Amino acid sequence: MELQDFIKHFAEQFDDTDISEIISTTKFRELEEWSSLTALVIIAFVKTNYGKIITGAEIRSCETVQDLYDFIALK
Amino acid sequence: MINLKNPFSLIGKKILITGASSGIGRTTAIECSKLGAKLVLTGRNVENLLQTMSMLSGDEHIFKILNQNDIEAVSKFIIDIPNLDGIVFCAGIQKTSPIKFIQRTDIEEIFETNFFSNVNLNSQLMIKKKLNKGASLVFISSITAGIIALNGNAIYSASKGALTSFAKVLALELSVQKIRVNCILPAMVRTPLLENIFIEKEQLDEDEKRYPFGYGNPEDVAYAAIYLLSEGSKWITGTNLIMDGGLTLK
Repeated sequence: MELQDFIKHFAEQFDDTDISEIISTTKFRELEEWSSLTALVIIAFVKTNYGKIITGAEIRSCETVQDLYDFIALK
Repeated sequence: MINLKNPFSLIGKKILITGASSGIGRTTAIECSKLGAKLVLTGRNVENLLQTMSMLSGDEHIFKILNQNDIEAVSKFIIDIPNLDGIVFCAGIQKTSPIKFIQRTDIEEIFETNFFSNVNLNSQLMIKKKLNKGASLVFISSITAGIIALNGNAIYSASKGALTSFAKVLALELSVQKIRVNCILPAMVRTPLLENIFIEKEQLDEDEKRYPFGYGNPEDVAYAAIYLLSEGSKWITGTNLIMDGGLTLK
């Protein structure tokens, strides 16, 4: 798993957000599109693409995309 | 003199409850036993099912560890059980996945347990003539079976929708034998399944605020099942009883 690659795929999970808006320092939970459904989508995305199980609480413990990447990398 | 006749009594009734090792199945078993039913319980988890057995009132109850998806095991199980006056189909599983991530294996797993296994069990019971005249069959469906939508819940909803539609036709076909078939469509009930639906406790608390009477308890569903099993509902068949603490009023 590589950061740039992760950010690209992470950004693809959004439908109404400009992909260029999402970078490593983006506070993803503050994005306008973020919702409980997006959280479900991110959980499913991480499971499907990286084979790792993360919870809603764990997503909430991350502030930026980089935080989430680091968290998943250590799982 | 007070007449103590109870139209909701289950005394003398032999009732099969599937999925009795936890949640709504367990509570329904306990409450049915308090009203005098003689139970046949099935479930997959030995320890949990034994615990349910220890919580029952009265005696002569029997249980069987049964994976309902195992067709051969179901056939064998049916041979040994007494003829039935009622069934509560509680066995079910839940999995959450946003639609674009749904895998065929998830669909198969959920439909296998929530739909196919119930259809097979019911058919086997009919073939072996295990249903007494006047029996009552109750399917625990869900309010997500076409009444409301919940994020990530598509396949579970679909499986319960299939079950509810199936029950309608079953009600028609069994009406000839004076056997009744009804569904209960509960909204959120405090059972272990809830943990799979919401990813955070805060979300769950927030969701509960939408219910004028709050989330349901397993007892609430059990009492409805008892009503549908009893003589008190002998004119009711083919219905879907929505239980939602007022959720859909708004």
